[in-house]
Amino acid sequence: MYGRKVKLRFLFVSLILITLILTVFLVLKSLEENVVYFQSPSEIKTLTELDKSKIRVGGMVKKNSINVNSDEVNFIITDFKNEINVSYSGAVPNLFAEEKGVVAEGFLKDRNFFSATKILAKHDENYMPPEVKKALEEK
Amino acid sequence: MIYSVVGHYSLILGLCIGLILVYFSIQNFRNFNQLDNKILSFSFLQLFFVVVSFFALVISFIISDFSNETVFNNSHTTKPLFYKISGTWGNHEGSLLLWLLVLTLFIFIFLLRTKNQPIKYKILTLVFQQVIIIGFFLFLILTSNPFNYLFPVPNEGLGLNPILQDPALAIHPPILYLGYVGSSIIFSSALAATTLKMVSTNWAIHIKKWVLISWIFLTLGILLGSIWAYYELGWGGFWFWDPVENVSLMPWLALTTLLHCILVLERKETLTSWVIILSIATFTLSMCGTFLVRSGILNSVHTFANDPERGLFILIFLFTLIFLSLFIFSVFHKPSQNNQANFFWLSKETSILINNWFMMYFLSVVLIGTVYPIFLDVISSQKISVGPPFYHKLIIPFLIPFLLMMAIGPKLKWIKSDLKDKIYLFSLLVISVLISFFIVKNFNANVLVNTILISAALYLFFITLRDFFNKKYKNLAQNIAHFGFSLLILSILFNNLFSSEIITNLKVGETYNGSKTKIVFESINQKKQKNYNSIIANFRITNSEGINNNLSPELRIYNQPKITTSEADIKTTLMKDKFIVINLVQNQDYFNVRYQVKPFMLWIWLSVMIISLGGLISLLKKRT
Repeated sequence: MYGRKVKLRFLFVSLILITLILTVFLVLKSLEENVVYFQSPSEIKTLTELDKSKIRVGGMVKKNSINVNSDEVNFIITDFKNEINVSYSGAVPNLFAEEKGVVAEGFLKDRNFFSATKILAKHDENYMPPEVKKALEEK
Repeated sequence: MIYSVVGHYSLILGLCIGLILVYFSIQNFRNFNQLDNKILSFSFLQLFFVVVSFFALVISFIISDFSNETVFNNSHTTKPLFYKISGTWGNHEGSLLLWLLVLTLFIFIFLLRTKNQPIKYKILTLVFQQVIIIGFFLFLILTSNPFNYLFPVPNEGLGLNPILQDPALAIHPPILYLGYVGSSIIFSSALAATTLKMVSTNWAIHIKKWVLISWIFLTLGILLGSIWAYYELGWGGFWFWDPVENVSLMPWLALTTLLHCILVLERKETLTSWVIILSIATFTLSMCGTFLVRSGILNSVHTFANDPERGLFILIFLFTLIFLSLFIFSVFHKPSQNNQANFFWLSKETSILINNWFMMYFLSVVLIGTVYPIFLDVISSQKISVGPPFYHKLIIPFLIPFLLMMAIGPKLKWIKSDLKDKIYLFSLLVISVLISFFIVKNFNANVLVNTILISAALYLFFITLRDFFNKKYKNLAQNIAHFGFSLLILSILFNNLFSSEIITNLKVGETYNGSKTKIVFESINQKKQKNYNSIIANFRITNSEGINNNLSPELRIYNQPKITTSEADIKTTLMKDKFIVINLVQNQDYFNVRYQVKPFMLWIWLSVMIISLGGLISLLKKRT
């Protein structure tokens, strides 16, 4: 009916199509699993359900809120409407300071308490997380 | 002040010459014979003006001429001379001027060095290159002029971000840009060759040199950035899948794929569409890199201050270029049909093609991971970030067939081949699996995945190693590059498996007692330098075998701008790095201490150098 060449080509094309669909599926699935959502303290306050997955919280470090002991760094992130307590036991970046922008990655314990696994550094001392900028402009 | 004026007018003159060149080229395209010399001298003139403009900026930085806004924003009188000079390209305006310098330099060298090619092709390449150059001139003059005048003249500048005051980062941008911008020549000449229907073996041989040059520089540029991030950012890693890093990896992947396609095209007139599309992709990805880093769209740990207007300009420019190139591709490119039937499944070009598909897959993963957060932000204003697990999960499994193909592919012959030395290839595979199993077994890591991964990398390692002593095997450049790659993957895997880390907060005089390691915080010294004060902490670290190490990380408190940076202290040995970094939290007595033992760090750097050495050898090799 069809020549061997046509059959071969058909096989080849369908093989490519299947691989392509599989790949797209794989990529989308792991994207879904591995994205980290960014939330401000105010957004966390309005959460109806606590998220178990990893999130990022961004805002300013509140004045006089940093407290260090031998195995933890505690501080408060504020977006000038709401605040959240953060505890962190890892290395802090250089530009981490009071009244500076900060982004912490980790898990929510409850609406007022956040356990960070990573604090992100910014190269630029004038840098402010976009959400904080927005919050400041709205104020 | 006078330098700013000179620099500014040189830029405008350079732009005018660009326009004249395009006009002349199109006007006289038919009687091109007399055009050759004129074009060369005009290109030289353009290069000259850009060089003058660039040096005007460098001099403004050296003499700290604060009437120039760029100098005021990025320099300071107390800064050491070396960083005054490197500060020229440490900022947005200056780095774009450097882009322009490399663009004009490369097209001039291209015109000078390209012989035995039709003049029409040279002229057309020049026209396409001038389109890019004019775009950058306009971008520079309209949105980010490095010679803006400030009045009244300030007495002191704002200073350069101290984190950029570092020797590796001083030369990182020029090297990286040579790679990025080098791809512009490939882009222009691919478009010219497509228009003239001369994408052929002959053209491949000619363009291969340019592909190699930008590939070598891009590889080294990424390496320098990575080394810098390792010791300066204090995270103790070398790759974080950060968007800014990803945008340099994407053109590298495209360029590597292109390089392999060119190798095929050199022998046999096939894969022409691949070559053209990859040439376009490499340059547009390089442009995207600049756009994403400079527009501030990226939510990155490397984010620098920026300006949305600039982003918009690059975006429009980028789309113009993509549209133009796709138009040329679809109108002029007619793939030849007669060669496709000749593809035999077991041949060198098939294995190259398969690995090209793998690299395209890696590229799409990185692209999706980088762009998806931006996309989501635009359509639903949700802020997300994509972390390393995403990349690891999607890339690592596919590295296994990729590595095996890299090992076996070069053994095959062009066009049609069968596998020789089957027994030997198979026994090496068995040996690799056994060795890696015994290595992994001793550690409670995921045995199956790690064994397979290490086996695949070891396999490539053994095969390339043996080929160094194989007299029949002549392709030294390929062999070195693939050997380097196997070494890189092995080092990364071992580095991942065997790294250990301790993070703690200590006061001066305190001791951390871990199960294996004891860290004694002995003392601190203070030192005053020209533009910063430094606090040097002295640690004594005792490991489980009772060996003492003294490490002294440093904190630098810069005066202008007032920023603290940590200088890690790293003890590098052949087998492992001991890495310690401290940070002082504001108003607290505690120092935040991070101590890491990182095996094979040195080998990661070395293997990347070996990979680029492969490229260098290929570049210098006389074609037989």
